[in-house]
Amino acid sequence: MENHGGPIDGSIVTVPPGFTKDAVIEAIANGIKLLVIVTERIPRGDVAGMVEFADLHDARIIGPNCLGLIVPEVCKMGGIGGPAKDAAKSYKPGVVGVMSRSGGMTTEISSSLTAAGLGVSTAVSIGGDAIIGSTYAELMPYFEADEQTQAIVIYTEPGGRMEAQLAEWKQENNSRLPIVAFMAGKFMDDDEMQGMSFGHAGTIVEGKEDSAKEKIVRLEAADIKVVERIDEIPEAVKERIAK
Amino acid sequence: MSGSRSETMDAVFIDIELDEPAKSDPELAKKLEEVCTVGIFKASDAGTEIVQGQLDECVLCYLCVDACPAGAMRIIKKYEN
Amino acid sequence: MIFYEYEARKIVELAGIPVTKYGFCQTADEARKVAEEIGGPTVIKSQVLTGGRMKAGGVQFADTPDEAAKHAEDILKLEINGHMPVGVLVDPKAEVKQEYYASVVWDGTAKKPLMLFSDMGGIDIEQVAEEHPDHVGRGHISNLLPVGDYEAKQVIAATGVTGSQLNRATPILAKLARLFRDNDMILAEINPLAELTDGSFVALDAHMEMEEEAVGRQKQLLRQELGIAEEDTRDNYVPSEFEKNVKAIDAADHRGVIQGKDHGFDGNLGLVIGAGGGSLTLTDAVRNQGGKPANYSEIGGNPSVAKACGLAKEVLKKDGVEKIAVMMSIVSNTRVDIVARGVIKACLELGKDPADTIAIFRIPGAWEDEGNKILDYYGVEYCDRTVSLWDAAGRAVAKIQGAAA
Ligand code: SF4
Repeated sequence: MENHGGPIDGSIVTVPPGFTKDAVIEAIANGIKLLVIVTERIPRGDVAGMVEFADLHDARIIGPNCLGLIVPEVCKMGGIGGPAKDAAKSYKPGVVGVMSRSGGMTTEISSSLTAAGLGVSTAVSIGGDAIIGSTYAELMPYFEADEQTQAIVIYTEPGGRMEAQLAEWKQENNSRLPIVAFMAGKFMDDDEMQGMSFGHAGTIVEGKEDSAKEKIVRLEAADIKVVERIDEIPEAVKERIAK
Repeated sequence: MSGSRSETMDAVFIDIELDEPAKSDPELAKKLEEVCTVGIFKASDAGTEIVQGQLDECVLCYLCVDACPAGAMRIIKKYEN
Repeated sequence: MIFYEYEARKIVELAGIPVTKYGFCQTADEARKVAEEIGGPTVIKSQVLTGGRMKAGGVQFADTPDEAAKHAEDILKLEINGHMPVGVLVDPKAEVKQEYYASVVWDGTAKKPLMLFSDMGGIDIEQVAEEHPDHVGRGHISNLLPVGDYEAKQVIAATGVTGSQLNRATPILAKLARLFRDNDMILAEINPLAELTDGSFVALDAHMEMEEEAVGRQKQLLRQELGIAEEDTRDNYVPSEFEKNVKAIDAADHRGVIQGKDHGFDGNLGLVIGAGGGSLTLTDAVRNQGGKPANYSEIGGNPSVAKACGLAKEVLKKDGVEKIAVMMSIVSNTRVDIVARGVIKACLELGKDPADTIAIFRIPGAWEDEGNKILDYYGVEYCDRTVSLWDAAGRAVAKIQGAAA
């Protein structure tokens, strides 16, 4: 500990799934307040247990199954954007907060924001699993409190209820931040793509799982702009900021 | 296994030339077999055999060239003509 | 991992929840024997991993052991929704006073398991929740703290159940919640949970599903208690020829990762996508610009040329595939020159011209300069990261449509 320049306040967890829960609880029990879990394929019960423990200790978990977060030219936790040299190319400081369920697409989108001169305030790869430490809606208050951030971009995929939760948050909190969303995987709505469906009991808990189309309707109802093409994101953000 | 066995081609992209007498040196052959991670060299008492079927796997690390006496080995990128 | 009813019952039983004395049988003779032991009217139920058993005739009642054997024989031959049963369950016909419903599922928003209970069992819980919301009790449980009986009791009491029924049902729901957590289930359901005429409670039918990620640490239950073989994954997805071949190529060499899916795709444009989450976006982009993807394949890590070549070849060999598009996302760290070698070699080995067959190569990755040289030499069209995923996909679609015109 004493070999560090300052107190340790963040932890990146990459240990195999069988050991992740213990590693995370150890870190939180020792006072770490921000954890990025990169490990994938962790059973849900473990993830939920870690999140509950974090809540009890006022700590925040990002992930699992994510690439971490970056504040351009300030700090980077996790593999987001690749090696620091590459990340610096895709991420320049700016006004847009980015949250994405796909680690790779966090950078693809941020790079286009950087190229368009908007730049990125903070980008978070939130992870792609069914249960994650921090959802869009749960991170919104941080962006709301961050003066640098003037708009939010989210990248989303089919499955789960996180977009609905974000839409509710936006409507309830009268947020100052315009949000632009990009929805990938629309082709999965097609009949021929339908694979497994979920059990009945599951659907009564969270309501019917939204299809991509339903998610888009829900987001737009909350005044969240959903763009059709990924390269339309920077323009849409500019328009919204100007409003 | 994949039931799809069709024509395969040997080296399309890479060729390697190794001059004598280095090629017949069994010691060098062993070394080459060791440094190349993609199995392009096979060592025997007679020296080095270049495995044609593996040539295209060459990752251009040049460890083999470094192991040889200066100028004895050349890696040719056929796509650079 | 999904379980057959007879296994789900065993899981319930192991958790200390009462069940009727049942027998799993694979022949008519076995069914007769079990029915004799039970010594009264029985129910014979098909053991299949699909719903709609009752409607399809997979559940029959018998008064005598001979009748039970006859039904077992018929049901064992009866295919339901394309599934053959693995056996039948012979169960005493219970004297039911009332049917209840009990389950535990995940609530992803709350990030906690949720107990559900209803005094209207036997029917579809979705329907009960909709029509009689006051007959469904709900309560979250902790992922860390022990589950208290009182928590289960509150959930049950919320449906208006009182007295001895409340006292008898409480430990059952609490045990169900504990087994859900202990066994890494994503669904643990007893429906119906029956109150018999003598006042006792038994689980008459159960559904269990275990999270795939946890199968590795539930060996004791799966292998020892239930005797489920390692290779029995219950995955009823039947991979296509293409998917099987790609998997075999991937398994044959540990370097790099390739993945191939083509379920639901039958277009003319093959896709090889540099892993990094771009696949969903690119597939949409191809389709929304009028293209018809033939598959959905990813390549990542540091694959060998042979692996990249193998994947490209499988894509190109698919029926109807005319061209292939190789598109890497910005974060791809895969060596471009190696992938280029592989894909070009695939074309050459199949007697196709790479310049004509590769619709576009979006390049981000490692060793880009070396990749450019190879692509230049073979006259393949490529672009760098400044061309968006949407535009790269659009160029590929334009190429294939131009060729068709
Ligand atoms: S350059 Fe490297 S990979 Fe290529 S042949 Fe030499 S040792 Fe093998």
